[in-house]
Amino acid sequence: MAVQYMQAIAARYLSLGYTPYRWFSAQTPPPWSPVTKPLAEMTLGMLSTSGAYALGQCAYHYKDDTSIREIASDTPDAALRFSHITENYLVDARLDPSCVFPLETLRRLVRAGVVGRLASHVLSCMGGVYSQRRVREEVAPAVLTAFQRRHIDAALLVAM
Amino acid sequence: MSLIARHLEAHHIPTLVLGSARDILLAGQPPRACFVDYPLGHATGKPFDRADQADIVRASLEALVTSATPGALQSLPNRWADDVWRTQAGAITGQDTRQPRDESPQFQLPGDRAAALASGALRVG
Repeated sequence: MAVQYMQAIAARYLSLGYTPYRWFSAQTPPPWSPVTKPLAEMTLGMLSTSGAYALGQCAYHYKDDTSIREIASDTPDAALRFSHITENYLVDARLDPSCVFPLETLRRLVRAGVVGRLASHVLSCMGGVYSQRRVREEVAPAVLTAFQRRHIDAALLVAM
Repeated sequence: MSLIARHLEAHHIPTLVLGSARDILLAGQPPRACFVDYPLGHATGKPFDRADQADIVRASLEALVTSATPGALQSLPNRWADDVWRTQAGAITGQDTRQPRDESPQFQLPGDRAAALASGALRVG
């Protein structure tokens, strides 16, 4: 059975005397944009909330950092780093970024002809932002603008 | 991530969310989603297992193209080697494992700060 994270984390924080965390709970059906191209003809975008940054970029801070990073799609794994408020989940990713930031995996799928091409840059942010308002007003519009600039056909969004 | 997926989709970008917290995905109802039952931090595969990583990402991209029901969640068949991690992940007691809510950049390696200073991405003062 899948782990019940919301229940477990709520109980854990309550036992520590913290204010309950409020998860986003959708009250309306999701919007829908149709896919118009086969995968092998797409320019694909990617976003990971794992707090990835490339060597030479600034790391994230741990207090509702709403900034994003645009990482060149030819960045080698050896130049990828992670900073995230829950960095305990990144022990393996710091050894092999493809656990949660599938840039090398996507490059392989492009070479194999499965995916048409990758956008020139992929995106990253630090998922541990506790304000839904700031995600709506700051993170989501920044991601949209960055994707639009790269003229992608669809996006793979990897949640950490 | 569900909030971001919904925003993109409302602006004509099709998305697929891939994650390993099933209950959080169900609550957020992104337009298209895949669930892989792995410990958090491994949504795109086991470390150094190139076949597993390619399998998960490829299956997710195929779901991006074939999904026809808004809000549907597809479970991927991949399995972690053991179930030991579930006990800790689902524990209702324990310490807070988060880092302090510090407002300065938290570089992974000390040399990263020097590289960010050299590129101009980080400015001091």
